[in-house]
Amino acid sequence: MADQPTAIERFINGILPENPVYRQLLGMCPTLAVTNGLKPAITMACSVAFVLLGANVVISLIRNLLKPHLRIVVFTLTIATFVTIADRFLAAYFFQMSKTLGPYIPLIIVNCIIICRCEVCASKQSVFIAASDAIGQSLGYGLALASIATIRELLGTGGLFGIAILPAAWPDWVIMVLPPGAFITLGLMLGLVNWIDMKKSGKNKNS
Amino acid sequence: MESLKNSNLGQAWLVLLLSIVFSISLASVQLSLNPVIEENRTKETMEKIPVLIAGKASAENSGSIDISKRIINVDKYGIAKSYTVYDVFSKSGTDLGHVVRASGQGYGDKIELLVGLDPLGRTITGLFILDQKETPGLGNGIVEAAWRDQFIGKSTAEPLVVVKGKSANDNEIDAVSGATISSRSVTDIVNTAISDVKNKIALVPDSHNKMENK
Repeated sequence: MADQPTAIERFINGILPENPVYRQLLGMCPTLAVTNGLKPAITMACSVAFVLLGANVVISLIRNLLKPHLRIVVFTLTIATFVTIADRFLAAYFFQMSKTLGPYIPLIIVNCIIICRCEVCASKQSVFIAASDAIGQSLGYGLALASIATIRELLGTGGLFGIAILPAAWPDWVIMVLPPGAFITLGLMLGLVNWIDMKKSGKNKNS
Repeated sequence: MESLKNSNLGQAWLVLLLSIVFSISLASVQLSLNPVIEENRTKETMEKIPVLIAGKASAENSGSIDISKRIINVDKYGIAKSYTVYDVFSKSGTDLGHVVRASGQGYGDKIELLVGLDPLGRTITGLFILDQKETPGLGNGIVEAAWRDQFIGKSTAEPLVVVKGKSANDNEIDAVSGATISSRSVTDIVNTAISDVKNKIALVPDSHNKMENK
């Protein structure tokens, strides 16, 4: 177990070094689909955080009982349960948001980030580490979604959270809130993150 | 002992146990949240009813209508089915039309919708999709007003038919492109609901007074 990352390392890794969207390129489908506004993006990130935390904690608690060949079934079962709870909760208390997000909330079940964290971390490490891993990864996912959504909503509608921010003279780039805008923004952001990374590692070599 | 460990049950007990535990917790979540969700749906239904009866423009002054709810029971080949119908009246008591809530299987999951009918149940006055989980980008085109508005003004005399391309006849509906099954599901739900209730929907003037006293 000595080579396994500690709780703090897991937490920090999730935010940038192993960011689920920008570094692991996982969960791309909701990333593209729900980032046309900050509100749906944040709702999505919170739902994923809830599911990830729940699944990681449960899997970590039962990790010593897992049969290797049945582990994926157990992961999926656990994830599906938490997703259903999240879906029902949104339908009850955030009805309009639940209609906006539509099938993307139930689709968290097949979001690779969660099953990946169960496999990589929760099924091998203690509850505390699994929980901090879940929080770190969720924060990373939330920040990634929020960064894309901020760019798309600001350029596409001239506002954030539906409140106008840019001057009225701003010609709304409608394409940014449409699907092509998602691909353009994600692509550019990925490029930016990689470029910063390359600059950083280049500097380290020179100094 | 060793044989028990290697038996199917010895391997799968955790999966079985978790299934039971998770089912129970989901059932309790469903029991506690469902009333709230139902309330949200009813609220949405109530907001949509004026639009389905009178169209968007005249629905603005929706304060001037009364809505009352009734259940229409249908006996279909021995299977009892019930529809929730909302009757809409003007303040002076004129029957403005009816909204029927119906549901059926879509491509993804169950589709729930509202159909608006004129007072005698002869023409469709509106369609609204309450709940659907069709494929994003294709099947969920059924919620778009541009597609739903095709149903407005259609006669209920004969069943509606989904066609690809341009609809030529009065009883034809253009499919959402790339989503023929979703389009057909909606149309089938509408057809079934209409054929089930159209002969029972018209209110005789007397029954209206009874409804108001409820």
